[in-house]
Amino acid sequence: MSLRIVVCVKYVPDATGDRHFADDLTVDRDDVDGLLSELDEYAVEQALQIADEADDAEITVLTVGPEDAKDALRKALSMGADKAIHVEDDDLHGSDVMGTSLVLAKAIEKAGYDLVITGMASTDGTMGVLPAILAERLGVPQVTLLSEVKVEDGTVTGRRDGDTASEQLQASLPALVSVTDQSGEARYPSFKGIMAAKKKPVESWDLEELEIEADEVGLEGSWTKVDSAAQRPARTAGTIVKDEGEGGKQLAEFLAGQKFI
Amino acid sequence: MAEVLVYVDHVDGAVRKPTLELLTLARRIGEPVAVALGAGAENTAAVLAEHGAVKVLTADAPEFAEYLVVPKVDALQAAYEAVSPAAVLVPSSAEGKEVAARLAVRIGSGIITDATDLEAGDEGPVATQSAFAASFTTKSRVSKGTPVITVKPNSAPVEAAPAAGTVEALSVTFGALATGTKVVSRTPRESTGRPELTEAAIVVSGGRGVNGAENFHLIEDLADSLGAAVGASRAAVDAGWYPHTNQVGQTGKSVSPQLYIASGISGAIQHRAGMQTSKTIVAINKDAEAPIFDLVDYGVVGDLFTVVPQLTDEIKARKG
Ligand SMILES: Cc1cc2nc3c(=O)[nH]c(=O)nc-3n(C[C@H](O)[C@H](O)[C@H](O)COP(=O)(O)OP(=O)(O)OC[C@H]3O[C@@H](n4cnc5c(N)ncnc54)[C@H](O)[C@@H]3O)c2cc1C
Ligand SMILES: Nc1ncnc2c1ncn2[C@@H]1O[C@H](COP(=O)(O)O)[C@@H](O)[C@H]1O
Repeated sequence: MSLRIVVCVKYVPDATGDRHFADDLTVDRDDVDGLLSELDEYAVEQALQIADEADDAEITVLTVGPEDAKDALRKALSMGADKAIHVEDDDLHGSDVMGTSLVLAKAIEKAGYDLVITGMASTDGTMGVLPAILAERLGVPQVTLLSEVKVEDGTVTGRRDGDTASEQLQASLPALVSVTDQSGEARYPSFKGIMAAKKKPVESWDLEELEIEADEVGLEGSWTKVDSAAQRPARTAGTIVKDEGEGGKQLAEFLAGQKFI
Repeated sequence: MAEVLVYVDHVDGAVRKPTLELLTLARRIGEPVAVALGAGAENTAAVLAEHGAVKVLTADAPEFAEYLVVPKVDALQAAYEAVSPAAVLVPSSAEGKEVAARLAVRIGSGIITDATDLEAGDEGPVATQSAFAASFTTKSRVSKGTPVITVKPNSAPVEAAPAAGTVEALSVTFGALATGTKVVSRTPRESTGRPELTEAAIVVSGGRGVNGAENFHLIEDLADSLGAAVGASRAAVDAGWYPHTNQVGQTGKSVSPQLYIASGISGAIQHRAGMQTSKTIVAINKDAEAPIFDLVDYGVVGDLFTVVPQLTDEIKARKG
């Protein structure tokens, strides 16, 4: 039987651009260039490697996001995923992690899956909690923050490098895996891959299709509220000296003045 | 006064510093009730009491060590149901965030992660957070359910505030999902004897400019002269010069020390994301145009191979 893999990918504002908040205090996605979150490329890469090892596997990439989020799906398809699902609905604007995870969970269930793979965190929200929440909602084992992952005979194993220890983990499918940027460089789409991606199916689903009410998601349905966002004041310009042989000593003098020595 | 649950991060009964900082924040909102799980849980009580815990709920069972995350969620949920707290505070470690997030879904509450400050407010606790690589500061609150908030290390001072710290056993029933992910083996990280990166008052980091694992002793020597932790940029880690556990930045550790010294690090946005909130920032880089100099309080344009050893020697001389 075929191994059904669903990879969750997010379309995010470019971190090297000038990111900011919109008037309603949601992340401004209109005025900055977006792209497939680099951390989710690692998830796509591991899905491709797992699929290569399996007799028969199918990779679906899934995103919840605005119209432009299709770009993220296209990139994942050109890396080698088989098909894509785009959940888009005007009522989704401003969803927090609880809303987004609800939509993803319903979509994953509707798509059908044996293995869900996500990135370690999104590069815009950087919460890193969605994978755990998704596992809770789906009621499957969470095998998260893996720097190494393998799937064999219905079992997923992997290594989790934590703060105080490195752990070897194991769970039965169906399961949810998240991978870190230590899991191995993601491949670049080949020209052939980019051409092939144009013909791969992309389904569009809305809330109605997932039987989710508008008030369960979006800014209104959000379980958290941002009251204010302020640009951090620019750091006051510091002293910069050129080393002419005494740079280390000058720095020591500064540190002593600040009572660090 | 309302009770506030504080999830205790400890290693075999030794409480880690961020938990004591959480107690300081918890006291601004209510009476801290600590929850300590796993081997050595009861040994945490004395230090928790010294820092304000009125009660310490403890539970130990093999499941906590043998399975990932979910047994701890079951236990924290049991504590939540026993106490009906005004808020639940959890240290922002990788595991802490996962435990907090799953609890939040179960109890139908919103979650705020990586708070850097917390105050009481009319509509519940108000959390300060950094966004977009710390270029913005936001104030948020949980608008549904009992606020579940994870807090970054170094967000509050550790304060002595003696309280009863009465130890009570917490009874936990594990659900079907608790044994879903087995921890087959665990290799504890070897201690370097240096302070924990996220907790250290001073962090000394090296980047691609260090140019080889064999040169990292320059960074270590400087760190040791200041009693500091050692950090590294992703470029240095990816090159295999220093362990990934020491990486500072978006996909490494986020640090907020009193003093951060960057040597041979350009200051890419993903690196800044992990150190921009440091109080005082110092950099040594041979390129006067390196973006790290936009952040510094003091910068030396020069070769780290001469500047760093001179600095280390001078610090040692001054310390006598
Ligand atoms: C999704 C994602 C996540 C990332 N996460 C992180 C992260 O967590 N942490 C992180 O650090 N990066 C991260 N990065 C990588 C980041 O973009 C940069 O590539 C990285 O920080 C560069 O490291 P560096 O400053 O050491 O190297 P470089 O950018 O190559 O800079 C080296 C610097 O050393 C200076 N130098 C060289 N020789 C000397 C000398 N002899 N004396 C003095 N100075 C010298 C040079 O002038 C230069 O400025 C991430 C990237 C992505 C895409
Ligand atoms: N809108 C989204 N659509 C699809 N996947 C997402 C979305 N948001 C988050 N994810 C997935 O969840 C992971 C962690 O996200 P976060 O908890 O937001 O940091 C990401 O790496 C993605 O794999």
